[in-house]
Amino acid sequence: MNEPLTPATPEALAEAVRAHPRVLAIGARTKPRLSRMPAEVTLISTRALRGMVEYEPDEFTFTARAGTPVREIERELAARGQYLPFDPLWLDAGATLGGTVAAGLSGPGRFRFGGVRDFILGIRFVDGMGRLLRMGGKVVKNCAGFDLPKFMVGGLGRYGALAELSFKVFPLPAARLTLQLPTEGAEAAARVFTEAAGARWECEALDLLPDGQTVCLRLAGPAPAIEAVSREILARWPGQALAPDRAEALWAEVREFRWAHADGVLAKVALTPAAMPALDAAVRSLKGARLHFSAGGNLAFVSLPPAVALTALPERLRALGLAGLTLRGGAPLWPGRHTIPAIAGAVKQALDPDNRFPPTED
Amino acid sequence: MSDVLHRLAALLPADRLLTGPAQLAAYESDGLTAYRTRPLAVAIPETTDEVVALVRFCHQEKLPFVVRGSGTSLSGGSLPVADGIVIALNRLTRILRLDPAQRIAVVEPGVVNTQVSVAAAAHRLHYAPDPSSALICTIGGNVAFNSGGAHCLKYGMTANHILGLKAVLPTGEVVEWGGASREHIGPDWCGLFNGSEGLFGIALEITLQLLPRAECFYTVLAGYRTLEQAGDAVSAVVASGLLPGALEIMDALALEAATAAVHAEYPPGAEAVLIVELEGTREAVAADRGRLEAIIAGSQPIEMRPARDAEERLAIWKGRKSAFSAVGRLSPDFIVQDGVVPRRRLGEALRHNGELARAAGLRVANVFHAGDGNLHPLILFDGREAGALERAEALAGRILKRCVEMGGSITGEHGVGVEKLEYLPAMYNADELDCMMRLRAAFDPLGIANPGKKFPRAGAPALSQRGLHPLERAGVISRE
Repeated sequence: MNEPLTPATPEALAEAVRAHPRVLAIGARTKPRLSRMPAEVTLISTRALRGMVEYEPDEFTFTARAGTPVREIERELAARGQYLPFDPLWLDAGATLGGTVAAGLSGPGRFRFGGVRDFILGIRFVDGMGRLLRMGGKVVKNCAGFDLPKFMVGGLGRYGALAELSFKVFPLPAARLTLQLPTEGAEAAARVFTEAAGARWECEALDLLPDGQTVCLRLAGPAPAIEAVSREILARWPGQALAPDRAEALWAEVREFRWAHADGVLAKVALTPAAMPALDAAVRSLKGARLHFSAGGNLAFVSLPPAVALTALPERLRALGLAGLTLRGGAPLWPGRHTIPAIAGAVKQALDPDNRFPPTED
Repeated sequence: MSDVLHRLAALLPADRLLTGPAQLAAYESDGLTAYRTRPLAVAIPETTDEVVALVRFCHQEKLPFVVRGSGTSLSGGSLPVADGIVIALNRLTRILRLDPAQRIAVVEPGVVNTQVSVAAAAHRLHYAPDPSSALICTIGGNVAFNSGGAHCLKYGMTANHILGLKAVLPTGEVVEWGGASREHIGPDWCGLFNGSEGLFGIALEITLQLLPRAECFYTVLAGYRTLEQAGDAVSAVVASGLLPGALEIMDALALEAATAAVHAEYPPGAEAVLIVELEGTREAVAADRGRLEAIIAGSQPIEMRPARDAEERLAIWKGRKSAFSAVGRLSPDFIVQDGVVPRRRLGEALRHNGELARAAGLRVANVFHAGDGNLHPLILFDGREAGALERAEALAGRILKRCVEMGGSITGEHGVGVEKLEYLPAMYNADELDCMMRLRAAFDPLGIANPGKKFPRAGAPALSQRGLHPLERAGVISRE
């Protein structure tokens, strides 16, 4: 396979798109299934298209090039006491901002204030005709034009190549506290999630670890406030508060997928807490399967060892009426419930009339 | 009745298809009262199946349609077209599902914004987006225009609270996107549909995310001698790392209006009032309120008035939310603008707007969402005066262009509608507009869904009539 192209400016990205009949922009390939392409597709790496373009801490906004590692952005924001509240994933692995948007992936923190779709403000992207276009804005509130920036979230680069992205950020909470609550399985965890999500506590994250026995609940805010709230939670359910370094290690393990099999299928599933027990049972019936429930039971990641048949997860998700996206491994791109309305083809044609970017189905 | 209306009559009972001039008069205008157009007919469906049938009929007949909820659009988004029908959704008011465990509501498009929070209140939940018109505007309209409100910095706009949509597209295709989960798979179709101003079709069933109502609020009103001081106070609050639920400013003229309308009381001598609201757990609010008070005390207010109880908090908000209609008492007519500027340039923008207003010889009241840089200059004019509307619109245009030059937007939450058609090119170049037109054509190849909004309508006059006829306004004549 040829080395990917590495344009260093948005204009060069547009030129690269124009110069090839079949292209796909890629980031650090931390989700390799999303860019598994036949040989005739020219890959355009965003690794040289990186760096903060502008950062206005007073505005709670920044604009960065698509290939900027999220780790770099997080560091720059933290230096000014700010952060991306949706806990982007695979930071150590080098995940890029553009890849995070294209894959539509958010981490545990999306529970409190929303996911990547809720913080993206604007984009510069290259459409299928090779035009460099700006959509959305750089201010936190804007409703002029169509919201293509949101549409690109989860679009897998099939509708355009991202060059620059503008985001809203928030001030870092003064303190954080993680509680571990021992739980007996997914059904019990779903009950904890539902109650905690509706309570007055304003939890920042609510996950169930792959052991299926440990709910992790994270609080954020002024230190005396979250301490008081944590006492109330620990009076409701037995558990313990983690020391800061242990908590940090735990969330890093979640965000870096250290719990998952190194090989085999890794997939994202969208669901509700009510569907947790059924998904848990269906997945755990597969030998060696692991799964992590995140965002209060609205998000699950399923990891299967290579020995499991590639059709197993799609079959099970379909039976449950759930939709998924395969991030790693050879399973179909869209396992589970998947419909293709006529409008999807029409919009693809509108943005990419020559099918320069890969089809949305594969 | 024309042939097409005869065929349309087969779809609905006679009492739900309005064609008489007197009946149509009520639908000629929306919240942007300077514009007025009489449609061919108004169809009033009662079920989503009827809505789908109407859209398919329009598609088959190449008949333009404009959808209307409560008609509160401030950009003329539901202004009828003379060669088309209005589809009025006010009878689709069912809350189809309220699931407190999943914290969602599934509603029909005609449900009024606050009704969702009223229904959810028993479960200590609420629907966060709160446009000033929340008491009457509908969720369908909120989706079409991606409505905002006073809490957008922290909670985002309508789009951030829409988890799923069932919609009929202008081609008659019915689609379902998203659902009860807060996560989605695949491109964010709901996000794209939100704010499409009726050009992408009609939302039939809308899945809303509900949030637990904050346990505790702490609302402070502070009066300042100058607008700049109030603006500086906003910057200081934001720089402190606090994340208030709301940050609002009203200027002297807006204060005068609110005082007259709802007997709001403000610190004497205040040229500007800042409203800051913290919200969260009682412990978090208790920990943060001291910090907020210290910041405000350091910003040289004339007076700082924390709300001591829920009643005082409501009074503060009543004054703020009534400001738009209150300004109506100061002037026979006004235009509300909706530009956005980077927050740090608020003071500069206000000074500049003031200069533009003085040069135009018009009064401008300012009410704005300071937390997110969203200005709402209310341009006062007397429509009976020859050329006054045109001068007001010219001033509005200058203000909007200035917002774009400052790195902002022509609209934060009201949408482009008919009102800001000519300003969209200030934000987007020809290729970008072409891209949007291509998207529009993908959804609506015939161009029948809300034509003439967001983008100029090719080959047709932009408006069939502008404003009331002077004799009509004087009550001498009327169109039925």
